[in-house]
Amino acid sequence: MSTVVDTSAAVPLPAEGNGTPLKKRLRRAERRRNLLFGALILPLALVVLVAFIWPIGSLLTIGVDNPEIHDNLPRTLAALEDWDGRAPPAEAAFRALADELAAAKGSPAIAAIAKRLNREDAGYRSLVMKTARKLPLDPAVPAREALMAIDAQWGELATWQAIHRAGGALTPFYLLAAIDRTIDADGNIVAAPADERIYVDVLLRTFWMSLVVTVCCLALGFPVAYLMANLSTRHSNMLMVFVLLPFWTSVLVRVAAWIVLLQNEGLVNRLLMWLGLTDSPLQLLFNRFGVYVAMVHILLPFMVLPLYSVMKGISPVYVRAALSLGCPPFRSFWKIYFPQTLPGIGAGGLLVFIMCMGYYITPALLGGPKEQMLSYFIAFYTNQTINWGMAAALSAVLLAATLLLYMVYARYLGPTRVKYMKAR
Amino acid sequence: MKHAASFLRAAVLVALGGAVGTASADITVISFGGASQKAQDKAYYAPFTKATGVKVVAGEYNGEQAKVKAMVEAGNVTWDVLEVESPELVRGCEEGLFEKIDFAQVGDKADFVPAAVSECGVGIFVWSTALAYNADRLKEAPTSWADFWNVDKFPGKRGLRKGAKYTLEFALLADGVPTSEVYKVLATPAGVDRAFAKLDKLKANIQWWEAGAQPPQLLASGDLVMSAAYNGRISAAQVEGKNLKVVWNGSIYDVDSWAIPKGSPKKAEALKFIRFASQPENQAVFSGEIAYGPVNLKAVPAIDAKVAAGLPTAPENMKGAMATDTEFWVEHGENLEQRFNAWAAR
Repeated sequence: MSTVVDTSAAVPLPAEGNGTPLKKRLRRAERRRNLLFGALILPLALVVLVAFIWPIGSLLTIGVDNPEIHDNLPRTLAALEDWDGRAPPAEAAFRALADELAAAKGSPAIAAIAKRLNREDAGYRSLVMKTARKLPLDPAVPAREALMAIDAQWGELATWQAIHRAGGALTPFYLLAAIDRTIDADGNIVAAPADERIYVDVLLRTFWMSLVVTVCCLALGFPVAYLMANLSTRHSNMLMVFVLLPFWTSVLVRVAAWIVLLQNEGLVNRLLMWLGLTDSPLQLLFNRFGVYVAMVHILLPFMVLPLYSVMKGISPVYVRAALSLGCPPFRSFWKIYFPQTLPGIGAGGLLVFIMCMGYYITPALLGGPKEQMLSYFIAFYTNQTINWGMAAALSAVLLAATLLLYMVYARYLGPTRVKYMKAR
Repeated sequence: MKHAASFLRAAVLVALGGAVGTASADITVISFGGASQKAQDKAYYAPFTKATGVKVVAGEYNGEQAKVKAMVEAGNVTWDVLEVESPELVRGCEEGLFEKIDFAQVGDKADFVPAAVSECGVGIFVWSTALAYNADRLKEAPTSWADFWNVDKFPGKRGLRKGAKYTLEFALLADGVPTSEVYKVLATPAGVDRAFAKLDKLKANIQWWEAGAQPPQLLASGDLVMSAAYNGRISAAQVEGKNLKVVWNGSIYDVDSWAIPKGSPKKAEALKFIRFASQPENQAVFSGEIAYGPVNLKAVPAIDAKVAAGLPTAPENMKGAMATDTEFWVEHGENLEQRFNAWAAR
């Protein structure tokens, strides 16, 4: 395309009958075509924007959002602005707090304040609720004494430090917690207490389990895809149905079927005991084994189909040529055929791996607590404790890990794919 | 195959984490499903429809409040009446998730057990989480949570509800803390450490469950030798002919309540339903269907003596039992559940 434009720029083309230069008409046609393409992808682009980018973006902002104290106690925070944190704050801060808690009393705002402070340290919830019940204060009595009379905790530095700490409009707290870090009293980022450290391990576990499933899928899927690509059409179609049939069945049904098969009194255990291979039922469910079996089963088609489509396009003449030149069969397979399947392995591997990373239902139903991956904890914070900040932060970690993985793939496997595609 | 079917239902329930109410129906009532929901249908839903013509659409969930919060915040409330456990009721009421209830429209406060009366909720029944076991599989009956922890004497897997609530209490009871001291000990960091240390000793033998329908299922199938379970589910399994037994010593009882999500378009019908379900004659029918105690004291004389002996409220069963400390769980729930999750995943 560019060569055409270049020559036309150098040598003015003769104008045609209607007088418009070809260059101009070409450009117009080009523009029209671009507009058409734009119009064709517009619906999809809009869907992606509205249903994908926008919600994900707004979800991620929840991970740093911190409105509870900032919005509901603005005057208290203003009074604490110049506070050095070494001695209890001035009377003005006590008064502002008492007024603002009294104003929030009986509304969801008071619960939000209590819940947020309780996250700093368990115990503040009842302190806030108890105090609110006894408000408003008598304006004649100093607020400091009055609040301390309600509960001595108001006289403690830790209480005010907690309010101060939780007061920012944005917080890195959730994101740090999602990578097992926290901020100490001096404002330094430090490792979280040992009994709360969990997410780095869970992330590594998510990666590891995804890797194992991907490798198993490849080991099982490669021969099947190879067979399908090299059998006669009739037989390969039949094999294809076998691959696709489970693919069309609901994931939930397949998971439930594995429960039936693998439970203590299930078919597999009964068969093993009948054969005399074991005396007591083996624990096949609620452990790593059950999760791996079901996940490999569910994700296998995602490996077989890309492999098959690549293998179908590989011309048999290369291997035949190698064989006729005296290369041993395995060597010609390994040196000539296998490298040509790499794009399929890359695509299938990436697909399976990324799907594994976000797996939720299968580990939740077939695994114990030690098999739960990152998405389980996202669901836990979303549904159970309704701590959406934490859920959003963990989602951000999962998304970042997935993107990182994709970048690694594009960097190391992408060019190979292009190279081999060109070779074909 | 019947096992498989009910396990499948439990599994599906866990996976979906709840049910979707339909908008077209008259009122949507969400409960914890299973045997308890069946009993509610017989005692409350069907008679209510018969009496008023208002149809009841039944749904189920596992107690998680995220959906309620999302509905209320989005202003699109499709659940009209909701069964909640007591800490969730208190928390939801404070956070503005539930409508305030004018108790005068439900009944006379004096007729109800005190825990059944609150700002946003009306009690439904008294239930208990207790040690249950399969009497066909164990030669000797366990009698306490200390036996639950004794894997030498009773080898095999044990079931506990996946969560800190009740699990930590049971661990302390097993460690020799008397019922009256449990929440006092658990309120201290040392007490929490002690509970987790006790759980560490049993960890390899624990299988966690989430839906109330799972424990009787897993006990009957032999996957578990003992489990913490909702007493009503065990009694329902007994009716089906399973030889499951409940140990009342060390059980923890609580009141489940009805609540109306804030902004329900059918608040008036919902309140009518709650009033209907609080009537003594209907409560007596419910207790006859599943072994949960009535909250309306007037229902007590109407309950068959044999049935009454199997309820958590029977004086014999109250010995050695303890009440849930709602305030404790409202205060410490989030932190303890978080720590529990971190502990369980290790």
